[in-house]
Amino acid sequence: MAAALLRRSRAITNLVRTTATVSLSDQFTALQFHRYRRYRRSPAATGDFAGKPYGLCNEPPFASRRFESAAAGQPIVAETDEDDDGSDRQGVEFPGGRVPFTPQMRFIPESSNDRVPCYRVLDDDGYPIEGGLYEEVDKEIAVRMYRSMVTLQTMDTILYEAQRQGRISFYMTAGGEEAVNIGTAAALSSDDIVLPQYREAGILLWRGYTLQEFANQCFGTKNDPGKGRQMPIHYGSKDHNYITVSSPLTTQLPQAVGVAYSLKMDGKNACAVAFVGDGATSEGDFHAALNFAAVMDAPVLFVCRNNGWAISTPLSEQFRSDGVVVKGQAYGIPSIRVDGNDALAVHATVHAAREMVVREQKPILIEAMTYRVGHHSTSDDSTKYRSPDEIEQWRTSRSPVTRFRKFVERNGWWSHDEETELRASTRKQVLKAIQTADKMEKPSLEDLFTDVYDQVPENLQEQEKAVRDAVRRHPQEFPTDVPL
Amino acid sequence: MAAILQSVGVTSASFQLPDHSNKSPAFPVCSLPVIRSEKSSSFDPIRGIGKARKAVTKAVTAQAENSASAASKPGHELLLFEALREGLEEEMDRDVRVCVMGEDVGHYGGSYKVTKGLAEKYGDLRVLDTPIAENSFTGMAIGAAMTGLRPIVEGMNMGFLLLAFNQISDNCGMLHYTSGGQFTIPTVIRGPGGVGRQLGAEHSQRLESYFQSIPGIQMVACSTPYNAKGLMKAAIRSENPVVLFEHVLLYNLKERIPDEEYVLSLEEAEMVRPGEHVTILTYSRMRYHVMQAAKTLVNKGYDPEVIDIRSLKPFDLYTIGNSVKKTHKVLIVEECMRTGGIGASLTAAINENFNDYLDAPIVCLSSQDVPTPYAGTLEEWTVVQPAQIVAAVEQLCG
Repeated sequence: MAAALLRRSRAITNLVRTTATVSLSDQFTALQFHRYRRYRRSPAATGDFAGKPYGLCNEPPFASRRFESAAAGQPIVAETDEDDDGSDRQGVEFPGGRVPFTPQMRFIPESSNDRVPCYRVLDDDGYPIEGGLYEEVDKEIAVRMYRSMVTLQTMDTILYEAQRQGRISFYMTAGGEEAVNIGTAAALSSDDIVLPQYREAGILLWRGYTLQEFANQCFGTKNDPGKGRQMPIHYGSKDHNYITVSSPLTTQLPQAVGVAYSLKMDGKNACAVAFVGDGATSEGDFHAALNFAAVMDAPVLFVCRNNGWAISTPLSEQFRSDGVVVKGQAYGIPSIRVDGNDALAVHATVHAAREMVVREQKPILIEAMTYRVGHHSTSDDSTKYRSPDEIEQWRTSRSPVTRFRKFVERNGWWSHDEETELRASTRKQVLKAIQTADKMEKPSLEDLFTDVYDQVPENLQEQEKAVRDAVRRHPQEFPTDVPL
Repeated sequence: MAAILQSVGVTSASFQLPDHSNKSPAFPVCSLPVIRSEKSSSFDPIRGIGKARKAVTKAVTAQAENSASAASKPGHELLLFEALREGLEEEMDRDVRVCVMGEDVGHYGGSYKVTKGLAEKYGDLRVLDTPIAENSFTGMAIGAAMTGLRPIVEGMNMGFLLLAFNQISDNCGMLHYTSGGQFTIPTVIRGPGGVGRQLGAEHSQRLESYFQSIPGIQMVACSTPYNAKGLMKAAIRSENPVVLFEHVLLYNLKERIPDEEYVLSLEEAEMVRPGEHVTILTYSRMRYHVMQAAKTLVNKGYDPEVIDIRSLKPFDLYTIGNSVKKTHKVLIVEECMRTGGIGASLTAAINENFNDYLDAPIVCLSSQDVPTPYAGTLEEWTVVQPAQIVAAVEQLCG
């Protein structure tokens, strides 16, 4: 019987010829010729994406490839695959699909010869690159983007100084990453739910969070929407679809999958957007979340801000892969690497990715290459582990803000006078916000005990009473700016 | 927000979707004795039962038969895991936002069959099979809850939820607070725990002791089909994250439960057997060891009062306090380990609040501080046995 089956199969004959030393029965058990299906492209991927050019070629950059298993128990039909170029390929059926086999033992190298290129449309001086394709932004959006980048930069500088003066306890700047912040913010819809890591305040700024609200959160005043419960820069605003920052890294990534799941159930034209830094991609949750998102076809956009440093850990000590972009394919997620300091490229990429995520209901990973110009936080002095020259170079000649300014200025959309005026007025506004927040009352004592549960339970009522008793007995020990 | 479902097979809700800021459970059933306290508009979750508590007049044996239900209508008989499923199904019918996620909960029906048949009825999206990453699917539930769904997370075994500890403590428990009340997390985290029959140390965890300090969560433990269904429904309707502890060995308990709908209170303890001589506080599987010991004690002339505390966080100090004031002696029987268990916290709470009423120090019987061994005989002696309970009561009462 084996011989009869073997005769029908050219493939086996070929195989037998080339590996004559192996016995026929071994060959037969090794090869299970069941009916097969090829991997195929999803029909949606061949459609037109609203006429906008994407990437450097006209082919849609996203094709859904899922390897399909053949049905088990099909009669053994000795067939060979015909590959696209007409040559024969032989395959083996395993759970999970048909796998072509090869008699050559070849290890996949740990990395490919060339690194994945990053997409950029403006060169270092802000000139559009010849032959680049991107979604153009009009004057209004471009100017707004630039103004937001400057505002973010100014707010960061002054609040950092405020911490240095002892007025707030802690701060983290987004210095060097303004383009990632604002480029992304401008490309999303206000319905997209953002799950930040901690260096994405620019998105809140874009969405309308005021300077006063930023200051209120940092100072923990009674007008803080978070009621003074989180440390500075751990902003959160339901109205702006910005989930409260939680300090442990990557807890927001599986939550993003849950948010996307909820949006999917609702059929909303919105996606979840989750941010992660290069260091945080080492956390287990990053990998689990990407895997979940892929398996569940969850509409999440993962944006990795690869800024080169995780406090003092450089990339070479964080992972051995070619950055983060190559990890997408490991989970079955399309991914792209973009120059994170090119605001236009970031904007174009995020916009395209977001459209795909919502339409295809599948996750996408974006790695935005950038540099952390500031220290990790006010508790860090990065000159201890990197050269001041390196920092200076990224702060000046490779600044994303300067680069975009050159672009808008050259288009006639921005002038030197507007620049001076913007910086001066923003600085004044931030200082005023800080002064107001500094003088503002803190949240009242009762806010220490509310929101632990939906209603204050009896044990917490007792604990509140005990605190109030203590305050009544020793009023001089109790701070004066906390209302009772 | 998640009002429209795209998956197939969603049955229409038979009840109006209530405004979920309304805290009182909506269905007081008149033929059933009041099992929960009357809730006033100023909700006080720990005050417990004020009035109208039906006394259970006969001793409950190891087969927990609820005399209340037997007294009114015949009801229907089912096993504990079916009661859980019934509660789950009723809530999923009632509110389209309720969904389940976990490993093998979908077409497999759950490893203890609690979700059997639900995926066929509600679709793959509402009864979601997840890959194996507990921290991840718990995080996913939290994200979904923040955007309007009401997810139920099933841990295949409570011990595996230790991998989800970060999400449960830092996010589930805290995000409502740290966001200033902007985001609510109405999740239920449930699964089987406790010492089973030779399941080994890692499958015999008692997580209530690890989770009890997490601010922001509530913990309940079910022990009978009746309270399993009632607590499941209450947990799903609660706006707070609730951890529902089930026990591996109790899933096949059979009981007759009412046909009418009922919801129990998450913060109330259950009076299993009223008595005069000693207050025995217990929960989950140890309730059955206590009731077995109670039979022996009654024969020896003692009259123990047995309370199933059910609510592990917060404790129902009202019921417990009333009992202590009556008997003046307390014995706690738990399955947690000696150090840092629920019994340890309960001892502290009772000492603090009712010290004047105690005639003797509180005795707490717990498991030893050892990983649960596999060998059957050794495993038997890590949990408290009825003989030890009898001896403790004899010593306590003199």
